[in-house]
Amino acid sequence: MAGIETNRPAKWMEGTGPYSDIVISSRIRLARNIHDLPFPHLVTESQFADMLERLKPFVTNRPARSPGQRFAMHRLRDLPLLDRQVLVEKHLISPQHARNAEHAAVILRGDEAVSILVNEEDHLRIQCLYPALQLDEAWHLGSNVDDLLERSLDYAFSPSRGYLTACPTNTGTGLRASVMLHLPALVMSNQAGRLYSDIVKLGFMVRGIYGEGTEALGNIFQFSNQVTLGRSEPEIVENLRTITERIIEQERTGRDALLREMKDQLEDRVWRAYGILTNAHLLSSSEAVQLLSDVRLGRDLGLLKGLTSFGITEVLVITRPGYLQKLAGRALSAAERDAERARLVRDKLKGPAT
Amino acid sequence: MLCQECRRRPATVHVTRITDGQRTEANLCESCARELGEVNILTEPQLSLQNLLASLLAHEVGKPERPAVAGDRCAQCGLSYAEFAKTGRLGCGHCYTQFEARLEPLLRRIHGASVHTGKIPARTGGTPRREDELAALRRELDGCVRREDFERAAEIRDRIRNLERPSGEG
Repeated sequence: MAGIETNRPAKWMEGTGPYSDIVISSRIRLARNIHDLPFPHLVTESQFADMLERLKPFVTNRPARSPGQRFAMHRLRDLPLLDRQVLVEKHLISPQHARNAEHAAVILRGDEAVSILVNEEDHLRIQCLYPALQLDEAWHLGSNVDDLLERSLDYAFSPSRGYLTACPTNTGTGLRASVMLHLPALVMSNQAGRLYSDIVKLGFMVRGIYGEGTEALGNIFQFSNQVTLGRSEPEIVENLRTITERIIEQERTGRDALLREMKDQLEDRVWRAYGILTNAHLLSSSEAVQLLSDVRLGRDLGLLKGLTSFGITEVLVITRPGYLQKLAGRALSAAERDAERARLVRDKLKGPAT
Repeated sequence: MLCQECRRRPATVHVTRITDGQRTEANLCESCARELGEVNILTEPQLSLQNLLASLLAHEVGKPERPAVAGDRCAQCGLSYAEFAKTGRLGCGHCYTQFEARLEPLLRRIHGASVHTGKIPARTGGTPRREDELAALRRELDGCVRREDFERAAEIRDRIRNLERPSGEG
């Protein structure tokens, strides 16, 4: 199987599209299984080899259009640990998938808008990731990829239970739709907590993207549907989009209020963050995530002029430990990473040092 | 600064709230803040699907052990229901048929529904299996009518009607 170049930005890291001031990315995930093989936790070596064999027609029998549309399959155990880590940081595979690399593979589309996790919790997890609020686009792409796969695969499917999955929480559509949102105003005005409990009551899940366990570093949250059975895919996508639009409204109201009531404090905060990011020589991963959130807010509120072309989502990802080392081309100690991260962020914010 | 609620402990939580454009501030100690619900719920354990499923299954495992009978193991992959209850993972597609009677209420508790209304794969979901499915749905419908679960019966009846249409789907 082909080698892999992981140090390129994935599609979703472009950071542009509808509501990109608040919505970082939209994701669709479809869980699928092959009808005559046991689910991944019971799959043997030879059954896994069989599975890869059956996926080959999908990967190879495709008229090669642009490189961005081409699919390539990689066995995870053939990828260096660092590359697996970068794939996790780019949200193309899950941490669980990267850990259980022995019987696992990933099929990536050239532009990395599509990644298919092979033999994770289910045989196939088709994932489509777009920047900003593009849930419908992601769903249509995911459903197309699903149709193409189904031409050469017999899925485990029952008309009454739908797509059968290893865990009953995914049964039915196998669809998990999610959005990643930047919600600094809701966090600053302490409304985030209330929002979560409302969202959970409506059948959605919330989690912080960065930070360990309970804290949500950088005010970035992921919202996703909980129910996968008894509702159609367009319904699930539509519900999440409606909820997302309501959260966007609340965040915007919060931002307007912050601007009106405490513009000085806000300006102070975003310029301080900018000052540190453009001058620091050592920057930890968590400090970077937090300060980038402030700078992003400053940019989106027009407080930091001239930053519009600065790809903040990309910086967020390329300053993660794995990506950073991939760019540096060598393994870095934690201290070296902090220095390298600070250098990279200075370059990106100010342009290359003169 | 002392907490404005209890006026005893130092205020360590500073709350700025904006409601309808009006800004109010509160300086509280940790315990009053918690009591007033001002502390972000992110610090509380979050509800996750895994937790939810685990608690639903734990409830079942807690029931007195039933004598092993045929049908407690999946005929295809050999997984037992007890193993599923422990890990939350079924072994293969056939487990859904094998353990149908116990999975149906579980699916209803997780999803609030137990009948798929979404996408049907073009080949795999097509006619060859439709007759089996119709038979299973009719059996389920009979059961619901006997239990006087009419809401669910209506759901299944709609599903049967959909399947019976010549095109196979709506």
